[in-house]
Amino acid sequence: MSFLLTSRRKPLLLLVLAVLAKAKAFQSGSVGKYHSKKHLSTRVFSSTTIHDMVERIQQGQISVAEVTKQTLLQIEAEDRAIGAFLTLSGDQAMSEARALDEKLAGREPGTSTMPLLGLPMAIKDNICTAGIPTTAGSKVLQGYVPSYDATAVARLRAAGAVLVGKTNLDEFGMGSTTESSGYHVTRNPRDLSRSPGGSSGGSAAAVASGMVLAALGTDTGGSIRQPASWTGTVGLKPTYGRVSRHGLLAYGSSTDVIGPLTGTVMDSARLLSALAGADPLHDATTSLAPAAEDYVSAVKEAETRGERPLAGTRIGLIRETLQTRVEDGVSTVVQDAVARLEGLGAEIMEVSIPYLDAHCASYYVNVLSEASANLARYDGVRYGLRPRDAGSAKTVMLGSRGEGFGEEVKQRILLGTFSLSAGYADAYYLKSQQLRSVLSEAFKSAFETADVLISPTAPTVAYPLGKAAGSKVDMYADDLFTVPASLAGLPAISLPVGKAPSSSASSDFLPVGLQIIGQRFAEASILQVARILELTSTD
Amino acid sequence: MALQCEIAHEVRYDRKNYFYPDTPKNYQITQYTHPLGAGGCLELPSGRRVSITRLHVEEDSAKMVHQGSDSLAGSTHSLVDFNRAGIPLAEIVSEPDMRSGAEAAEYGRELQKILRYVGASDGNMAEGSMRLDINVSIRPRGEEGLRPKVEVKNVNSFKSVQQAVDFEVVRQARAYDAGEAVRQETRMWDEKELASKLMRVKEGESDYRYFPEPDVPPLALASSVVQAWRATLQELPAAKRARYQDPAGLNLDAETTKFLTDDLAVARFFEAAVEQHGAEPKEAAKWLVGDIAGHLNGNKGRVKEFGKIKLTPAGLAELVGLIGQGKITGKIAKELLPELLDEWEGGEEGAVLDLVQARGLEAITDPAVIAALVQKVLEANPEKVEDFRGGKTKLLGFFVGMVLKESGSRANPEVVQSLTVEALNGA
Repeated sequence: MSFLLTSRRKPLLLLVLAVLAKAKAFQSGSVGKYHSKKHLSTRVFSSTTIHDMVERIQQGQISVAEVTKQTLLQIEAEDRAIGAFLTLSGDQAMSEARALDEKLAGREPGTSTMPLLGLPMAIKDNICTAGIPTTAGSKVLQGYVPSYDATAVARLRAAGAVLVGKTNLDEFGMGSTTESSGYHVTRNPRDLSRSPGGSSGGSAAAVASGMVLAALGTDTGGSIRQPASWTGTVGLKPTYGRVSRHGLLAYGSSTDVIGPLTGTVMDSARLLSALAGADPLHDATTSLAPAAEDYVSAVKEAETRGERPLAGTRIGLIRETLQTRVEDGVSTVVQDAVARLEGLGAEIMEVSIPYLDAHCASYYVNVLSEASANLARYDGVRYGLRPRDAGSAKTVMLGSRGEGFGEEVKQRILLGTFSLSAGYADAYYLKSQQLRSVLSEAFKSAFETADVLISPTAPTVAYPLGKAAGSKVDMYADDLFTVPASLAGLPAISLPVGKAPSSSASSDFLPVGLQIIGQRFAEASILQVARILELTSTD
Repeated sequence: MALQCEIAHEVRYDRKNYFYPDTPKNYQITQYTHPLGAGGCLELPSGRRVSITRLHVEEDSAKMVHQGSDSLAGSTHSLVDFNRAGIPLAEIVSEPDMRSGAEAAEYGRELQKILRYVGASDGNMAEGSMRLDINVSIRPRGEEGLRPKVEVKNVNSFKSVQQAVDFEVVRQARAYDAGEAVRQETRMWDEKELASKLMRVKEGESDYRYFPEPDVPPLALASSVVQAWRATLQELPAAKRARYQDPAGLNLDAETTKFLTDDLAVARFFEAAVEQHGAEPKEAAKWLVGDIAGHLNGNKGRVKEFGKIKLTPAGLAELVGLIGQGKITGKIAKELLPELLDEWEGGEEGAVLDLVQARGLEAITDPAVIAALVQKVLEANPEKVEDFRGGKTKLLGFFVGMVLKESGSRANPEVVQSLTVEALNGA
């Protein structure tokens, strides 16, 4: 059988060439047109928040175009050392910025009150952006330019945000260090010899370095929270179904969530308010969610509580997370945070979520099974990489997938396919589903005694670059604190609570994140606890 | 529900994984473990009951158009039309309860009718909104169990269903008679050659790696909801047929019943004319089956679709009533019909009578008037009157016809008949 498929080859090819030319022009530095020496050394955002920035724009102290230009300049100056971005959308960003300025000048109704007015944002590259290449960090999607915005992106734009670029990630989100990207390595701004974590490593690094105030990440088993922990930023994984996945290139459909990476808890709340809400036409799993809340007001309320702001709040420390795999330095920082929470009036108790190792293994079976189906669409037939001289449909598919996917992705597809195969599905996929039910029960009983649960976000501080390649199984196993909330679909936030030494013999200190897990759709509660704890942070 | 299926309490979907260019995601969302409906049945007009194994919902695939040859076999390349890919469809699987090509075609027609009655589909086979594959397996009379089945695809009409089944029955019987085995295989129906051709031999079970579809969460169907839906269910074709033929009720014959119930629009029109406007059922049916259908199928009228006729159920009831009361003759009614179907703008009670009166087409029943017409005809044909009186009584029809013609078809035929006989035999 041979199929000559009807893609309109020529226009597609031209489009690809145009995009490649643009990307190349950017890399070679011809974006110098954004240069304006006056601002070159000014770090305009590192000490500010979304609220401050939006207020300055609203009051006319700075234009959206100026903010956008400075952001692009700053990225250009700093990202060479970090590698957070895969694509910068400078031209598009500038024209959007000018359009916003014109609307402001024309007093177009609704513009000046946009909650994210003029906010430059970075978007993880597995989220579709109209007219901006979206590769999920994979060669198989090189040159793919979506025709539409993901719902999350559309909501950010509607709130006034300006997209400045797409950030690096582990290929299709498959990794915890951003090193499996098909393009380049991203470095941790806190220590350039280390990984920023992953898979939302580019987004975390972009925020941690101050290049942007906020970025979108995605979290399937910890991919927002763990990089937040390693880079000292705030990462929120909303409840499964809280934010539409429409336009997110699926990895593990039953746990994939889009969420924000920011410098502060309040900024996290601001972004969630823009992102949350049902999207019944595009993502059926969002229609099960109750209406979104006003997360900003909830956080403000927490800020105004009196001396013991957590009085009456029952916080359950997940016992197993301080017993399994965790580094001493991380454990110490987390115990300090627990003491602070207690000092703020919280009632601290220990709760048990047993079998963390088993749940981590079960998570991988589940997510890779789903991934093996989700990644089947990258066959070179309709978009993305296609080998030259493709003969039949079969050789197109084999060639595209063989050349396009990296080793980590191929390995995970094979594992997932195996887990679902006849004769093995009972022992693997079905077993993982059973374990998932066990986990939900464990959370249910934990929430009978506690309002929110806490744990270290990750058992270690940031890995040195290259470490993951040598100990892949350790990398998988180190997801054990973040995967439970993913499997149970619960909201969880990671916020920096201190620093731990990079090794027992070292005097280099690296950020440590605390994970706060809430009940389904109780994002407001975890944001409040996080904000109150953040107010007492000394770092 | 229309197929008497048990309805699932929870709607669930699964993912079926396979690589093929007609499926953009390379997996299909389908219902593997929990079909929407199961264990139903359907009664054919012939009385045969066909059990329905299951009805499940799944995504349609893209349409592949093979180039360079009439079929996949021998084609040089294929085009893929993704327009229908991902559109939901219902697949209905029947038990092996049909015994001939004719029964299989009858099942197809009845299923189509039910789908149209409930509004699930327009059932248009030419446009692919109803498609079917057939499976044929034969065995010696009295043998238990089923022998290997052969699937036949590309069966695009009910006529082809009948032909393809009958062809397969003979092909398989010949194979068994020749001492050969029949393999489980998939064949293509060739409409031109009226023969099935081998497409592929089944090579074991494919591993589709089914798992619950994560993007479509389970949807609970409360039994109260299902009950509410059931309450709104149409009267289905089989029940309608039984009601139309009930000797204690409408008492229509089988052929008339079939005609009226084949198209729900016709049945609704008929029922409105009878139930709401008091038409005599048999007369109303006769007009629908005869002259109205003839008009739509013929070349003279403008309106070709039943749904577009101008005549209303009230109009038909009035027309039938006027004939019954002798206010117009059947002939006049037939003459008026094309206008009533193609361009009539009436519709209110009494509108047909108004039209008749405006045209001066009321029936003539006055014996004096008719007697005068008879006299006129007899006087114009003295030789034929002689012949009649000499014994050629067959000429009566000629005279009656002439008198009716003379009246412009308005004279009451019975009065004409008796007065003509009287005139010919008298004097």
